[in-house]
Amino acid sequence: MMRPYTPKDNVQAKAYYTDRFWVAPRIPEEPIPEDDLYAEDIAAVKKQCKILNAYIQRGQLVIYINPEDNIPALKTLKEERGYEMLSEMSGVDFLAERGGFEVFYQILNLGTARRIRVKCFVDENQAVESVNPLYRSADWAEREMWDLMGVKVNNHPYLKRLIMPDDWEGHPLRKTYPLEGDEFAQWYEVDKIFGKEARDIIGPENRDPARVDRYDTERFARLGHEVPRGAPAEMADKAEETPLSYQEEEGVFLIQKLSEENSKVLDKRR
Amino acid sequence: MAQHQVNYTQSGGLPVALTTVDKILNWGRSNSLWALTYGLACCAIEMMASGASRYDFDRFGTIFRASPRQADVMIVAGTLTKKHAEFIRRLYDQMTEPKWVISMGSCANTGGMFNTYATVQGCDRVIPVDLYLPGCAPRPETLQYAVMLLQQKIRKESANKSQKPKRLV
Repeated sequence: MMRPYTPKDNVQAKAYYTDRFWVAPRIPEEPIPEDDLYAEDIAAVKKQCKILNAYIQRGQLVIYINPEDNIPALKTLKEERGYEMLSEMSGVDFLAERGGFEVFYQILNLGTARRIRVKCFVDENQAVESVNPLYRSADWAEREMWDLMGVKVNNHPYLKRLIMPDDWEGHPLRKTYPLEGDEFAQWYEVDKIFGKEARDIIGPENRDPARVDRYDTERFARLGHEVPRGAPAEMADKAEETPLSYQEEEGVFLIQKLSEENSKVLDKRR
Repeated sequence: MAQHQVNYTQSGGLPVALTTVDKILNWGRSNSLWALTYGLACCAIEMMASGASRYDFDRFGTIFRASPRQADVMIVAGTLTKKHAEFIRRLYDQMTEPKWVISMGSCANTGGMFNTYATVQGCDRVIPVDLYLPGCAPRPETLQYAVMLLQQKIRKESANKSQKPKRLV
């Protein structure tokens, strides 16, 4: 049996690199110049709804609004300011810090090649209105957001899980979701195909990829020393070598072996 | 009448071969292993390469079929996700007996590097596997060797054995 798997973190270096003095790098937030196109975008949105915060980050405008105002804000930006394309939208998990999600809409004006990120913060059980009537690309993006983050979307035409199976429990992209899955996820295929009573027969998942047990003849075989499947453990120690063979020694019924004398080897391409 | 005298101990010169039922059945089974087209991820590229002209699976009688009802061997080539697990079982159940399964590559063997919530940790949790191919991805030579090993395994089986109840997985 191999030694148990231990994580290969750099244990010696770890003592020095604590996060006591580490400060997460912040991307600088710049004010919006008054003669900029973005200032006009801001002014157009301000007529429709309240803007909580706005700044320029990496040359792109970021606007914070209330989640109830996402339709009027995006409608203004699309119809008056020409931001016709929703390149991306999703949610960011802030459940631990603030008890909710930050939903963002990344929109693009193809005429002026400018991008705006409209953000809003929703509480855990608060729903946002679907922007599918404005942007068709929001259809699958909102389904994915519901599937993986669990942010509910109101008035979506077909709010169904997009990536995970329909009968899945939980939202896997939440930071609280374990990477190797909760109990439901770990037994999902067994429960679904064979039923819960087959759990004892099949057994739990082996989540340790380094596990090798040479005495386990059900799951492992020593190369060149193979024994039949499920043979008793003491047989696994048998010393006789089983040579690698492509065919049986005595030849195969009705199959003629290639003889090297009668074959022609081309040593160069024609 | 008879133009040849039949010598039953050695039928030289005659288009007659004497054998057992086991051997002739296993000869047929092992030399026309039709494989189910079952590429799930990058291993499928190697499986396709094995079928193409350089490695040429046809000379082993391994021809890829698109229907489980025509296939004898299922080559699970790639990552099996939990969403797909019920379908692999359904396709396996639709294959006619006798049937064999080759698990190709690390992902199909153990889940491989995908130690996550969404990956089945080895396709033998769902279907019984006859041969495990190591590698990520295995070269076409490895898959050829696996098919030849499977042929040897089939030739060792008794053809008219009574139908044993299958293992669950």
